[in-house]
Amino acid sequence: MADTMRDTTHETPYAPPYATAPSPAADPGPDPLTIAGTAFSSRLIMGTGGAPSLEVLERSLLASGTQLTTVAMRRLDPTVQGSVLSVLDRHGIRVLPNTAGCFTAGEAVLTARLAREALGTDWVKLEVVADERTLLPDPVELLDAAETLVDDGFTVLPYTNDDPVLARRLEEVGCAAIMPLGSPIGSGLGIRNPHNFELIVERATVPVILDAGAGTASDASLAMELGCAAVMLASAVTRAQEPVLMAEAMRHAVAAGRLAHRAGRIPRRRFAHASSPAEGLAALDPERPAFG
Amino acid sequence: MSTPSTDPSPAPNPGTGSLTVSLNGEPRELPGGTTLDALVAELTRAPSGVAAAVNEQVVPRGQWPATALGDGDRVEVLTAVQGG
Repeated sequence: MADTMRDTTHETPYAPPYATAPSPAADPGPDPLTIAGTAFSSRLIMGTGGAPSLEVLERSLLASGTQLTTVAMRRLDPTVQGSVLSVLDRHGIRVLPNTAGCFTAGEAVLTARLAREALGTDWVKLEVVADERTLLPDPVELLDAAETLVDDGFTVLPYTNDDPVLARRLEEVGCAAIMPLGSPIGSGLGIRNPHNFELIVERATVPVILDAGAGTASDASLAMELGCAAVMLASAVTRAQEPVLMAEAMRHAVAAGRLAHRAGRIPRRRFAHASSPAEGLAALDPERPAFG
Repeated sequence: MSTPSTDPSPAPNPGTGSLTVSLNGEPRELPGGTTLDALVAELTRAPSGVAAAVNEQVVPRGQWPATALGDGDRVEVLTAVQGG
């Protein structure tokens, strides 16, 4: 049976260094992600949707090293056991409520206000989508909601199209970060328009965070290499065959991409550029018998 | 909903008759004078992480005991779930 042969070492709870996630208040290290004045050492923002169980979610969050994690606001169901909030609380992971499921600015603003009341945070990941099929942001409603929420004292992190103009408008109304989609939510199609990401990053003075579309580790690395300040993902981990392993992969991918971005990649060339010296080659006669 | 500060309409007569509200989309019959905190307490004993809106207005927790529900009120009681 394949099941009995399976390597299950990762299914036991993680020992340190993953046992506790450092809280944002702890030393964020030499290269922090700073959103609205709050510093995080982790540049991976996790979602919590799609996990097969709270237990797998908890181990995935720990393996990811995340310090900021989204939740959705839904009708209270008295029959539900266990709470995602207690998981986040237990590990000092900051909660970031979203407005997923909202189609109008009005719905999103009310949902954000309910989240603020329920969770005691004025941070909100603002989502205002146009339709169920694409879950693409509705730019008009989004900008309207962002402006209202900023005026109401919220720290607004908008999920937006990969549109440099809309990104600029969102920043102008006071959003604390810009969260462009790489591709539709849950699609795993990666970053479909890296050029737009470069344009957004180039102009933005707030953190640009890849939101949606990451399917595997290389997608997260690419986002960071393009200059994103952080990566937000959920499905890529929670719906992976082994969520905890993928969470760890994403942790490394984000860190590696960040380092590569800071290091500065070499320019792309059409032809080879020898890495060994051209001088000092031995004079070897290919006609000699030793060459067989 | 009747709160002294935000709603000028008269409160239902406490303790008399019954009223029907929509609680998270389901009709719910309540004794007259039922307050929002009593209704939320029927759903959960530990309302941390919970927020309530009546007729699309957020009601801060501190106002729940003083918020008497009226016939036809739309009550939404939300909490955080896995998402995003």
